[in-house]
Amino acid sequence: MPVPMIGKRRLFHRIIVGIILIVTVIYLIPIYWVISTSFKPWQYVTAVPPKVFFKPEITNYVKLFTKRSLVRNKAELEELRAKAKWWQKGVLDLGQKIIGVSPFPGRLLNSVISAVFSTILAVGLGTLTAYGFSRFKFKGENDWLFFILSTRMLPPVVVTIPLFLMYRFFGLNDTRVGLILLYTTFNVSFATWVMKGFIDEIPTEYEEAAMVDGYTRFEAFRKVVLPQAATGIAATAVFCFIFAWNEYVFALIMTTRKAQTAPPFIPSQLGIGMVDWGVIAAGASIFLIPVAVFTFVLRKHLLRGVTFGAIRK
Amino acid sequence: MSNAANGAVLIRRGLSDTAIKRLFVLPTIILLICINIFPLIWSLGLSFADYSAVKPRVPGVNPNWIGGKNYKEVLMDKAIWQYFFITFKYVIISVAGEFFIGFGVALLLNRDFKAKGLITTLILLPMMMSMAVVGLFWKLLWNPGWGIINYMLGLPKDFAWLANPKLALIAVAITDIWMWSPFVMLLSLAGLSAIPEYLYEAAEIDRASWWFKFRRITLPLVSPLLLIALIFRTMEAFKTFDIAFVMTGGGPGTATELIAINLYRLAFQQWNTGKASAFAYIVLIMIIAISNIYIKYLNKAKEM
Repeated sequence: MPVPMIGKRRLFHRIIVGIILIVTVIYLIPIYWVISTSFKPWQYVTAVPPKVFFKPEITNYVKLFTKRSLVRNKAELEELRAKAKWWQKGVLDLGQKIIGVSPFPGRLLNSVISAVFSTILAVGLGTLTAYGFSRFKFKGENDWLFFILSTRMLPPVVVTIPLFLMYRFFGLNDTRVGLILLYTTFNVSFATWVMKGFIDEIPTEYEEAAMVDGYTRFEAFRKVVLPQAATGIAATAVFCFIFAWNEYVFALIMTTRKAQTAPPFIPSQLGIGMVDWGVIAAGASIFLIPVAVFTFVLRKHLLRGVTFGAIRK
Repeated sequence: MSNAANGAVLIRRGLSDTAIKRLFVLPTIILLICINIFPLIWSLGLSFADYSAVKPRVPGVNPNWIGGKNYKEVLMDKAIWQYFFITFKYVIISVAGEFFIGFGVALLLNRDFKAKGLITTLILLPMMMSMAVVGLFWKLLWNPGWGIINYMLGLPKDFAWLANPKLALIAVAITDIWMWSPFVMLLSLAGLSAIPEYLYEAAEIDRASWWFKFRRITLPLVSPLLLIALIFRTMEAFKTFDIAFVMTGGGPGTATELIAINLYRLAFQQWNTGKASAFAYIVLIMIIAISNIYIKYLNKAKEM
């Protein structure tokens, strides 16, 4: 395909690539800005003109994870400084001492737990359902698949009104189990559709050969189909994880404290006392890391994922 | 399928195909019915009642069955029509912006160059992020005093975006555009890269103009994917809650009071559960109409 380019054409190509680079840089400024803000000393966070070069420090992250109190006594401060570990120094410079752990690690743990378990359940159920729809004939197959997908299209706020009442009735409000169940439901339709795409691509001949060799249908599924669908399952799982990890509306309405995840927690810190943007930027950065990593892992499957498996390439 | 032919031999070993089929599909269907459909039926009932979820249950008073009065109230409410109007405005601004930028960048990226994969993935990052967190850190960028947007645009320090009723909706829409243009770009890129090279070569021989090639080759061949992107983004923008709620909470005044935000307020702040259920059903019918079209086109795209 690469045809040697000459003269004008080559120049044109170079200009376009130049424009692409500029667009990319502009596009990434917001992300760069949050991450850089999270490493700024507090006095630079709201500096005008914005500080681009500074000595990065992790004080914002320490503040995010800890509860602190003011130390008024100079002598006490000196004493604390003498035995402080390196990461505590930044906080002491602000005249504060660490007195405990903030709610943030707990919220982050809730995020991890609800995302991981709901992903396992959704991908498990979705894979089975996808196999069922891929290999067997159903009466009104398309209607069933449509039904499954349509549950995903409902606006979360609409579903939450009755769900809130139902959860209250069963005592599932503000529980991890409730949230996991909700995210599983929310993701299972996605998992079914995407997995159906992956399983449709596996030729049925393999299973049939295995069954002729004496495998039962279930063994053929487990030992022949599943290993071949491994990439698809992994990609689907990463997608489900990201969806659950990012989810906001359900968590906002159905959890208040015990089971609350990070997305509703981080903005709620805005309202308390003085807004510490450095800390909020730190929270946002931590939250974005897994997403960024997974996006790179998924890059070959992004198209399939965002179109529910309809477009494959 | 050849299953039926082999069925007679296979049926005796392990579970029958019919049993497997049911066993594999039923759990998902049951889960969806329990967590999705059943609550919806519940709220359909409540939509015909004057009911508040936080008040004690008194038969005949709370809930008090009032027939279609909730629906009538919602449909006659001028404020709600205004929120619909704000939502439509938001949908048009953000979807148009996403198409302009997404398709434009896709046209640029549709060529071979070094690190193409890396750059494409980097641009796709915003799309994968949490809408609530994106809304949150864009609040930092939009800050009039020290935010980087005003600084880069050279605007004065008191030029407010999110606190200005005239600009708040646009600022939220721009955030949405930043986040979702990559989605349109991804789909456009898939469409563009599938166009066979020989079509352009043939046009080149005929000395066709750039505009002619774009209009007669590029656009028609990308349009099925663009259509999917259009319907999907329209539906999602119509449902927008997270970004706007985190950035402005619907304000200032009612400048960014989108349908979803108003619904949330009615249901979980004013606790007017009956009326909120009726409102939710009206929104639901609209969404089902859009998603019907969407899924129809998805199925068409599959056959491409």
